[in-house]
Amino acid sequence: MSKSEKEPLFSAKNIKLLSTPLNDENPITVQVLGICSALAVTVMLEPAVVLAVAVVAVMGSANVIISLLRKTIPPRIRIIVQLVVIASLVILVDQVLKAFFYDVSRQLSVFVGLIITNCIIMGRLEAFALGNKTWPSFLDGVGNAAGYGWILIVVAFFRELLGSGTLWGYPVIETLGFYNLGYENNGFMILPPMALITVGVIIWVQRARNRKLIESN
Amino acid sequence: MEGLVNIFVRSVFIDNMVFAYFLGMCSYLAVSRTVSTANGLGIAVVFVLGITVPVNYLIENYFLSAGAMAWLGEGFAAIDLSFLSFIMFIAVIASMVQLVEMIVEKFAPALYSSLGIFLPLIAVNCAILGGSLFMQEREYANIAEATSFGLGSGVGFYLAIVGIAAIREKIRYSNVPGPLRGLGITFIVTGLMGIAFMSFMGIKL
Repeated sequence: MSKSEKEPLFSAKNIKLLSTPLNDENPITVQVLGICSALAVTVMLEPAVVLAVAVVAVMGSANVIISLLRKTIPPRIRIIVQLVVIASLVILVDQVLKAFFYDVSRQLSVFVGLIITNCIIMGRLEAFALGNKTWPSFLDGVGNAAGYGWILIVVAFFRELLGSGTLWGYPVIETLGFYNLGYENNGFMILPPMALITVGVIIWVQRARNRKLIESN
Repeated sequence: MEGLVNIFVRSVFIDNMVFAYFLGMCSYLAVSRTVSTANGLGIAVVFVLGITVPVNYLIENYFLSAGAMAWLGEGFAAIDLSFLSFIMFIAVIASMVQLVEMIVEKFAPALYSSLGIFLPLIAVNCAILGGSLFMQEREYANIAEATSFGLGSGVGFYLAIVGIAAIREKIRYSNVPGPLRGLGITFIVTGLMGIAFMSFMGIKL
């Protein structure tokens, strides 16, 4: 990101909004939000990247819209307003995916729709966009979505590499010739429970490196 | 009848919402600290899934899908509103949750106070919307099948959340490595439970 000419837009505080969700306040491993749609699409790298990009798009724009409307939304009906905004954005994303990336959209099946109930989006709208200006809200949305996205991509990377021996469909293990040495794919990694265990291990590694995140019990 | 039982068993054990599709994970992780709260949330989910899936089934088949509005007359037969399904489903879920909340408050105050905050929270539980979306994708033949699927998914979620809550109550007494404490170990235990549930694969009644 270029911060040379537009310094005020990327002041230290704003950069922080963007960077804390990547590690210290990661939506998945620390705030425990948005796990629902995250794990099932991580068998292959490609759908995981597409979903991560879709979430960044939806969350950035939802935060902007809600932040623009924040003074006009009556507090009593804010949840339904938020849901309508998110659902409309998700419909847009879904139609774009169906039009340009049909195969990926088939693979993602219901998980595009489930972005609507992805708790990160609702959570950030409630916690941040309703009380902050448009630009910081945008950064907060993109930062949190990126924090969600990188976990998704890391999990997908390991599951595809160890489970199918490919990366983005490219047969890495075969090219490196490990099969001739007696290596075999671990079919277990493709099964759903391994996504949970992979995330558990990521949490373990992250907290071992960042000790202030350790829970008391 | 056999078909209905089969769909029910399938959605409880094989296509379990939590272990096979990771739906409802947020509340699953957040509300599973003690068995009693997990119990309350589980019952509420069974309740809401059992109602919203058939209602959304009717909406899908009489209003949204291609040609579904033919019963209104010739002119409506060509309309395809399926792109509206997300927004309709979520609106139905939000209003049903509200309605269920009012009904329960009026007629079963004891249940209402035990469910507490969980009832409104269910509107944004992914398992509920997921139930409706899977119902749409799998194209169940009639409303009875859709209801059986909805109830089955709810019971599957109930089993999962009560199970993990019981395990977490016990884990408190064991010496888990620091960085794994709390969230990490819960994920890994859920993964192991998922592996256990996979042994139901292939059951057919």
